[in-house]
Amino acid sequence: MKQFLEGSHAIAEAIKLCKPGVISAYPITPQTHIVEDLAQMVSNGELKSQFVNVESEHSAASVVLGAEATGVRTYTATSSQGLFYMMEVVFNIAGLRLPIVMTDANRAISAPINIWNDQQDTISLRDAGWIQLYAEDIQEAVDLHFMAYRIAEDKSMMLPVMVCMDGFILTHGFETVDMPTQEMVDKFLPPYSPLYKLDVNDPMTLGPLVDPDGYAETRYAIQKTHEEALEFIPKVMSDFSKVSGRNYGGLVEGYQLKDAERVIIAMGSVCGTIKDVIDELRAKGKKVGLLKIVSFRPFPAQAIYEALKNVAKVAVVDRAVSLGSYAPIAADVKSAFFGKKKGPKVISSFIVGLGGRDITKHSVKEIFRLLTTKELEGEFIDLKPELLKESYE
Amino acid sequence: MSNTLFSAGHTACAGCGQSLAARLVIDAAGKNTIVVNNTGCLEVFSTKFPESAWEVPWIHSLFENASAVASGVEAALKYLGTKDNINVIAQGGDGSTADIGLQALSGMLERGHDILYVCYDNEAYMNTGIQRSGLTPFSTNTTTSPIGTCSSGNLRPKKPMPEIAVAHGIPYVATASSGFPQDLQRKVKKALSIKGPKYIQIHAPCPLGWRYESNILVQVSKLAVETGLYPLVEYESGVLSAKRQIVPKPVEEYLKLQGRFKHLLKNPEELKKVQDIADNNIKKYGLKAETVQASS
Repeated sequence: MKQFLEGSHAIAEAIKLCKPGVISAYPITPQTHIVEDLAQMVSNGELKSQFVNVESEHSAASVVLGAEATGVRTYTATSSQGLFYMMEVVFNIAGLRLPIVMTDANRAISAPINIWNDQQDTISLRDAGWIQLYAEDIQEAVDLHFMAYRIAEDKSMMLPVMVCMDGFILTHGFETVDMPTQEMVDKFLPPYSPLYKLDVNDPMTLGPLVDPDGYAETRYAIQKTHEEALEFIPKVMSDFSKVSGRNYGGLVEGYQLKDAERVIIAMGSVCGTIKDVIDELRAKGKKVGLLKIVSFRPFPAQAIYEALKNVAKVAVVDRAVSLGSYAPIAADVKSAFFGKKKGPKVISSFIVGLGGRDITKHSVKEIFRLLTTKELEGEFIDLKPELLKESYE
Repeated sequence: MSNTLFSAGHTACAGCGQSLAARLVIDAAGKNTIVVNNTGCLEVFSTKFPESAWEVPWIHSLFENASAVASGVEAALKYLGTKDNINVIAQGGDGSTADIGLQALSGMLERGHDILYVCYDNEAYMNTGIQRSGLTPFSTNTTTSPIGTCSSGNLRPKKPMPEIAVAHGIPYVATASSGFPQDLQRKVKKALSIKGPKYIQIHAPCPLGWRYESNILVQVSKLAVETGLYPLVEYESGVLSAKRQIVPKPVEEYLKLQGRFKHLLKNPEELKKVQDIADNNIKKYGLKAETVQASS
């Protein structure tokens, strides 16, 4: 049924439909509305979950870890510093192969403290072993949660999934959302049946000490599963389309790519703005397009290669910085073309929208304007020269 | 299957108080128990892949989060409707309890989870090489509170963890010792018979860190109690309800068996301070027996 919903409320409704047995969270802006709504649902008896209010994000992640290991579907949500505070648990969850689903309301990292949107938080945890899916709009964020549980809990995966949605823009924005019915979700998402669990009738040791004789194989296994996820995620998306009628197409989504000569690669809500700009430029006869990355981990190198191998110029938009090195998405995109026969002549890298600075149509046009034969590396867009002057002159 | 839920063949040192105490705890708790373990010696010596000493479901996640992981286990059991038949024990060493894991433990106690937390107190970070913790006693020689011309070892007395647990308003708090196994097991059983959060802190000597001969574990354990340096007490609903009474022995009898206190024997001034700590405990908890008690 179509409803006009706030992003956070829509996510809470989606999670309710997924029926997690245990929810645990610690408040951090802009994640709060999601967990407040879930707490209210539990309080009203609409959702039969154990809601565990904890004293930190470290414990929130640990609580869902313990509950998931006991064989119960779980949910948590966080943002920014909260994600960083739970970082060692985040890695631990993947190492234990617990199929936990978490929402991150993407937000900048301190210092300076800044509660607004960029993607530095989740991108910094790209090596944790979690599958990372990024939403463009609220509908996609909602749908990705159903798919996240299906992907995570499949016996061939057993990997945690992080659904990343831009803080405020998607968590606090309102949109018309087509919320699936319980029947549809039940049809798509079977009850969780764990591969192994803490069970007094079948005692098992989980999380043992593994020395040099066995550690590398655990990492190899996760890496291999990520490779398999590149095949599995599109299958789940296709299954979801049969139930919902909405097809997200897979690991990446192309927009106006067919004859495009200049293409932006981006992730998250900025893709909406980019599509608007493309429509305007196309109307003027410019051959421009967008490749949206939905799955950042596993990184869809092959899908990106196939989509862009005949495109002349590519601009990669990063909403995070790998301080001291290449922009994170740009580095991965360049790797996807390295040593290949085909590929863009120019792959320019742009850093934009940090700490919640608006990415306007003008910002996107500026990126297209700068996407020439001259390759740019980590070019900051929309900087304020008057603020830099004081520091460096 | 052996006749214990904590099998032999693990790699603890000879004379390890923690391995003895851990076996006593799990055997008192019984097989319907899920154990959540912090990182530390116990986890290392009992679960080196592909072997495990545990005959009950057991999980280790990180150094400081057993309390929170156990909270999740307990919440899941509640959701499944099986909590009433299953004990949940979270356990760790003194560092993971009183220092790095104190926040998670406080959260677990405050939230009222039906979990028994067991702290195996060997009074320093033994797994990493005998660094001082918040539960290291006053004037102990450790690798990060070494004695020197300007220092007689650890500068501060033990953090009062049992009292900190009591302050959370939980129904049961006790101290126990690997030197008094029947008392220890009675306390575990009692704790598990009570619903809600429980805290037991067990004095668990470490031959390597304390530098005593491995055959005198029980003697060392008992002397800590009998000198008043490690009072055995129970709190029920916040009230001191029981204590093991002693005919106090001088602290030297305990200290002289251990290399970590050797420097004190030549330093009457520092030794007096340790005796004062014991005397204060004896007074505070009313430990002095009118007549000699039979030890259990």
